[in-house]
Amino acid sequence: MARKPAATKSDTSQSSSRTSSGSRTAAKRAAPNVSKDELLQYYRDMLLIRRFEEKAGQLYGMGLIGGFCHLYIGQEAVVVGLEAAAEEGDKRITSYRDHGHMLACGMDPNGVMAELTGREGGYSKGKGGSMHMFSKEKHFYGGHGIVAAQVPLGAGLAFADKYLDNKRVTFTYFGDGAANQGQVYETYNMAELWDLPVVFVIENNQYAMGTSVKRSTKSTTLFGRGEAFGIPGEQVDGMDVLAVKEAGEKAVAHCRAGKGPYILEIMTYRYRGHSMSDPAKYRTREEVQKMREERDPIEGIRAMLLQGKHASEEDLKAIDKEIKDVVNKSAEFAKESPEPAHEELWTDIYADVAPQEEA
Amino acid sequence: MATEILMPALSPTMEEGTLAKWLKKEGDSVASGDVLAEIETDKATMEFEAVDEGILGKILIEEGSEGVKVNTPIAVMIEEGESADDIEAASSGGGGEAQAADEPPAEKGEGENSKDETGETPSAVAEVKTPAPDRTPDWPEGTKVKSQTVREALRDAMAEEMRRDDTVFLMGEEVGEYQGAYKISQGLLDEFGPRRIVDTPISEHGFTGIGVGAAFGGLRPIVEFMTFNFAMQAMDQIINSAAKTLYMSGGQMGAPMVFRGPNGAAARVGAQHSQDYAAWYSSVPGLKVVMPYSAADAKGLLKTAIRDPNPVIFLENEILYGRSFDVPELEDFTIPFGKARVARDGKDVTIVSFGIGMAHSLEAADKLSEQGIEAEVIDLRTLRPLDYGTVIESVKKTNRMVTVEEGFPVGSIGNHLSAYVMENAFDYLDAPVINCAGKDVPMPYAANLERHALITSDEVVEAVKKVTYK
Repeated sequence: MARKPAATKSDTSQSSSRTSSGSRTAAKRAAPNVSKDELLQYYRDMLLIRRFEEKAGQLYGMGLIGGFCHLYIGQEAVVVGLEAAAEEGDKRITSYRDHGHMLACGMDPNGVMAELTGREGGYSKGKGGSMHMFSKEKHFYGGHGIVAAQVPLGAGLAFADKYLDNKRVTFTYFGDGAANQGQVYETYNMAELWDLPVVFVIENNQYAMGTSVKRSTKSTTLFGRGEAFGIPGEQVDGMDVLAVKEAGEKAVAHCRAGKGPYILEIMTYRYRGHSMSDPAKYRTREEVQKMREERDPIEGIRAMLLQGKHASEEDLKAIDKEIKDVVNKSAEFAKESPEPAHEELWTDIYADVAPQEEA
Repeated sequence: MATEILMPALSPTMEEGTLAKWLKKEGDSVASGDVLAEIETDKATMEFEAVDEGILGKILIEEGSEGVKVNTPIAVMIEEGESADDIEAASSGGGGEAQAADEPPAEKGEGENSKDETGETPSAVAEVKTPAPDRTPDWPEGTKVKSQTVREALRDAMAEEMRRDDTVFLMGEEVGEYQGAYKISQGLLDEFGPRRIVDTPISEHGFTGIGVGAAFGGLRPIVEFMTFNFAMQAMDQIINSAAKTLYMSGGQMGAPMVFRGPNGAAARVGAQHSQDYAAWYSSVPGLKVVMPYSAADAKGLLKTAIRDPNPVIFLENEILYGRSFDVPELEDFTIPFGKARVARDGKDVTIVSFGIGMAHSLEAADKLSEQGIEAEVIDLRTLRPLDYGTVIESVKKTNRMVTVEEGFPVGSIGNHLSAYVMENAFDYLDAPVINCAGKDVPMPYAANLERHALITSDEVVEAVKKVTYK
């Protein structure tokens, strides 16, 4: 059940990371239950998100991606760890920082990148963009642009699952910024009242756009707010994919057993700005650099793989290249896919109406 | 291989910027994430980070340069072992990245955007073609009818649809054990149990979002608002989540559900409990909007709404709940959306209304008839889709139109219809259209002031006399 965090948010994730030898938490873990294949899978999945997001940043700079584009770099362990705890048929829903969630649940990088460039081959045929993407097939319910709106929606998905008695669980992701919206607490209340099978995942990256958690609340933890509603929860080191997976499994088991919702406050960090147009004056460069150097989730797994002799530098280089190819291909696809046909303006407004009638 | 670094776009609207400062020198090693330069946009000074590792081979744009266009090459990166001499190859268009710079994709995109295959500029306004009206009766002649209140008709509609489809459920404040704040859901908890008749806490924003999420998840929710005034707390979920998701998902998923409850003024409940939202919701693509007047319409349209695969706003009226009308005794009685009802035939003027506006309109028509003016009264019933055909056909016959609604006068349904008729039947009009609407004030409490704020049949009579020049 709920445990108290060691210190305040930003301190927690940093201090828990450091060991006397300066090695990373992930590297330090013995992780006897984790197979080599699993470790390699997490490495691959996190690296795909990292490289994909870097490429998205590039394409944005070239003007191929427009509007808002919120990158997930630094937070990869959160979605990869939780996807490892999910079962086929479980659902997920998140905010506008959604590229990582889509890649982690198995959506096609080509379709995601082509949506970012607003092309026909995108998941929403170019009509949704970075913040509004969905995949019925992969049970990914968006991609929502209004901060915290996805929280009741996620509880609603869980409501449907409970109603249909299908034993599915919904991962409802939101940030530390969304945690101050009123609808989150209305949702907590009903989710616990009705025992909805929903894991509320607070991705605490410590900054709501430019406002640090310390400047927006006096609560020392965000998961602790669930206590008022009777919802158990805990804080998790979000730079450690294995810790995230372990916590995820516990939360999912709680939900699947019919015990109602569970809150995971996952302490993470975004290296990039809130969106592409963020001058990032609210934190120091040193703070970001320190995180990257000491706490990087991908470097952590990489060290584990090497130290455990699960993989050689060459093996990892081969994976790096493989991932780079996938990402480059997605960028090519996203550039070459045509813009949506003009007629698409008038489709998908109503489920039962032909486009010409809509017009 | 040497690659060019291009001037980045650092905001949705940036076209050019100032290269304020280089933080790396030629020959410096660069790691992914290192800040290469500071770039000033019109909004802020931004740090520009390296994406790949390598060596900064050559700086092409000196610091302090203003007005550097997005996608202009500003530097060249080389790899270990390469020399700055390799740069020539890169800038002459040898590498893949360099090619992208020669032909900025963004511009190509714009070019494609500005015209379609026919070479025409896409029109913002779709061509309007008013469909012919459907004048078939709502139920076959000779069908037995019974007198029923609007309240009973609404309850029957929900009960019938819940018996038919297990995914249909009702949620809202006091819908279950209390038997409905306005007794619309009376008896439903007994028949369907708490799984399907769900009492919610007072949390409009939250339970509406949960309802929309349940619709995403395969259910057919009916979300009852104790009144639509309270739905303003949930507006974001109704508009941004329910109405837009089908479009934003490219048709993959939407919200097949009904939002229903009393709308508009009741009696003496003041400004915060007395607003008509018909025009608000009708302005949103993705929503369907229904506002019935009679009990038969309430029943037939609510059953259609529950079956509709889109989010439907179903606007009821507290004053009408207790009124009785003939309802056909049919096993499965539905009324299609987008089909207005001509409630009264006439040749002198067309009165177009909906919801409780119909009560004033029909009363006015009786008074006018006594004075020798025969009004045709059209009940729109659904505002989205709207039956333009029936309105236009009638105006072509009477050459005059008065619209009647309870809502505010600015941006009203009447405003919209006036514009539509002007565009599509201008030559048939013999007088300017008059919109009768609620007064442009928050609803007052005092009995006399409230009477003045609401529309009356006398105002409708007066408007008709104006357009008929009598």
